[in-house]
Amino acid sequence: MPGIDGFIYPNEVELQWSVLIVLYPFLTGLVAGAFILASLERVFNVAAVKPTYRLALLTALAFLLVAPLPLQMHLGHPERSFEMYLTPHRESAMAMFGFVYLWYLMAVLVLEIWFDYRKDLVLTWRASTGLKKWLYGAFTLWSDDISDAALRVDDRVGRFITIVGIPSAFLLHGYVGFIFGSVKANPWWSTPLMPVVFLFSAIVSGVALVMLLYIALSRLRRVSVDMRCLDTIAKYLLYAFIIDFSLEMLDLIHRIYEADESLRALDFMVKTRLFVSQIVVQIMLGTLVPIVLLGLTQLVRFAERTRRAIYVLAGATTLIGIMAMRWNVVIGGQLFSKSFLGYTTYKMGFATREGLLPAILIMMLPFVILAILLRLLPPWPSGHDVKA
Amino acid sequence: MDETRRAFLAGAGKYIILTGAASLAWDYVVAGQPAQAPNYTATDHWWGMIIDIDKCIGCGLCVRACKAENDVLNEPGRFRTWVERYQVDPADMDHPTVDSPNGAYDGFPEIDKPGGGVKVFFVPKMCNHCAHSPCVQVCPVGATFESPDGVVLVDKDRCLGCRYCVQACPYGCRYIDPRTHTADKCTLCYHRITKGLTTACCEACPTGARQLVDLKNPNDPVHEFMRTHKVHVLKPQMATGAKVYYNGLDGSVR
Amino acid sequence: MGERSRPYAHVLRVAGLFLFGFAVFLVVRWALVPADFGRLGFYRAGALDSARAVKVRYAGEATCVDCHEEPAQLRKGQGHERVRCEACHGPLGRHADGDFETDKPRALNPRLFCWPCHAELAGRPALIPQMDPKDHAVGESCIECHKPHRPKAESQ
Repeated sequence: MPGIDGFIYPNEVELQWSVLIVLYPFLTGLVAGAFILASLERVFNVAAVKPTYRLALLTALAFLLVAPLPLQMHLGHPERSFEMYLTPHRESAMAMFGFVYLWYLMAVLVLEIWFDYRKDLVLTWRASTGLKKWLYGAFTLWSDDISDAALRVDDRVGRFITIVGIPSAFLLHGYVGFIFGSVKANPWWSTPLMPVVFLFSAIVSGVALVMLLYIALSRLRRVSVDMRCLDTIAKYLLYAFIIDFSLEMLDLIHRIYEADESLRALDFMVKTRLFVSQIVVQIMLGTLVPIVLLGLTQLVRFAERTRRAIYVLAGATTLIGIMAMRWNVVIGGQLFSKSFLGYTTYKMGFATREGLLPAILIMMLPFVILAILLRLLPPWPSGHDVKA
Repeated sequence: MDETRRAFLAGAGKYIILTGAASLAWDYVVAGQPAQAPNYTATDHWWGMIIDIDKCIGCGLCVRACKAENDVLNEPGRFRTWVERYQVDPADMDHPTVDSPNGAYDGFPEIDKPGGGVKVFFVPKMCNHCAHSPCVQVCPVGATFESPDGVVLVDKDRCLGCRYCVQACPYGCRYIDPRTHTADKCTLCYHRITKGLTTACCEACPTGARQLVDLKNPNDPVHEFMRTHKVHVLKPQMATGAKVYYNGLDGSVR
Repeated sequence: MGERSRPYAHVLRVAGLFLFGFAVFLVVRWALVPADFGRLGFYRAGALDSARAVKVRYAGEATCVDCHEEPAQLRKGQGHERVRCEACHGPLGRHADGDFETDKPRALNPRLFCWPCHAELAGRPALIPQMDPKDHAVGESCIECHKPHRPKAESQ
């Protein structure tokens, strides 16, 4: 049969999880990473990154709202997906993730945003008329107490939520890693390192995204970029990247050394079908290039404009690399047969339900939602930047 | 009454009675509701299968019977059971040549008898109805489960079609039915075994290579068979509790 | 609302909203989860009934023999004794049910019924007689020498 080399089990002729399932860990990873960046300021008091605090939270929300969409479009029966909440199988990582997602969305992200924005929401409520007034009234749950005492409560509760939110963010994306890592039938996925690798690559991608958004939005708003903020973000991005790269190399070296039954199948696959996406895009372009670029900025004192350009390049290649990583895990894990004797090919459609076009549209949607959120909940009120 | 008329009446009578008896038996057989087949207690049984590699001739009748019995689509990638042909060079057991043309629905095409001590044999595959099934473990909504009598089934009214179970099965025995958009796989002909019939594949197998077994039945020949033969399950390192026991399984089988 | 509402009053509103949402969830859960879910295990017990309600298509040898004793007797003592009726004659559930018109045992074409088992094929264990279709009685029909229910040829 075309596209098949060697022997695959007869039922393996079609891939089960498509590009939409590649998008899903990418989206939730951005959420976790953006949130970790936000918590750097709130919990670890890295004051320098405060200008991006609210932007990071809104970014996390925009992407988290879109995350279930690729899953729904992939399911055979999306109308039954609520069953995961009604009769969740406690032994199933996927079922438990439904609750982790809900917890993170409602109890962490939405609440943290609410408590942080509450004062501004009340002020907007008071100052507007008509439909807008009703809308902001609803946002504030019609409580207009912004006395010092109430704001102190907000600050304490917000801080508490962020503290709870950090392990929740770790759990959110670590769990996605576990959904793959716990499948003993698939040696490309099955490793205890999977949740950790996913988590650190999530942090890398989320931080890079917020960094790029901050630069882009500052451009759009025609305000100057806070370089101290940007330099600090880039530094943390580098640290996270070094850890992420080390973990992925550890996994690779371990596999090659142990050389168990699956290695020859996987090795061949990486050298042929996965060569471009894994070696070229993920490792060289998506990991080594940004690490070298970011490392350079730590060693050599570049001018502001040069640094910004480097950060843009590093951020963009990072995002491409992390997307490639998700592709290599999800699609790569399905290209070889569980018999270890053959390979198949992924035929991605274009304008089909699980094709490239819906994937592109889904990737664009969070930016649309973010634009709306930026209007409803401006991170930088009254046109001035929040100074650290 | 003369001879021929008596003979005719006797013959006709026998015919009527036999048809009636068969029809009655058949009514019992087609009765789908447990209320009409009340003498089946699930917890009295623990189903499995024995597959004897030394007897499989690779005719593919089991594959056809399964598709006919269970209304399975005759297209690539939808197999509840299939047969694989292995060509193994004992000097290189890690690299067998394996093929399964359309799951062996039409048997196997002739090949030149390989020389050099290469051995050739056939391996029927199916759902192993694992006692510690990884597919049951990962299902998010309890749509796949192990019945009280040891058969792993899919609840088509609850399955979301998320395909996690297809990923989790180490044996590749699951697939998605494009008509229902739900997971599908061998049901061990649950609708037959609960009525005292054997599975369609066992019914069709001309050499007795496939045998349904009830491990809870003390009179089942499986106990003696397991005592006197060396049996093996597929991928034992996965600790799935597979209940399809192979006799004569070569180490090169995946 | 009193002159000085508690500074955490808005927190209580949020908490109230969440509790309300949780209550709605519980009601929906009670309404939508099937009553027999969880009775036998983590699944809908009715699924077992659905699995058993599938139409049976192969009648099974015992049912065939109920009416057709003669072929069963004929097969005794020779190799085809252990080949069940429907392995060659196909699924005959409806026929056994009395529908003698639509479900007839097929006229057996040797190419479809004899060679798939009896042709020489690499890897085929020697438990049944096998011959090379290219030089065994070429051009002749198998049943000229081998009666299907008593396949040993006169010459054997």
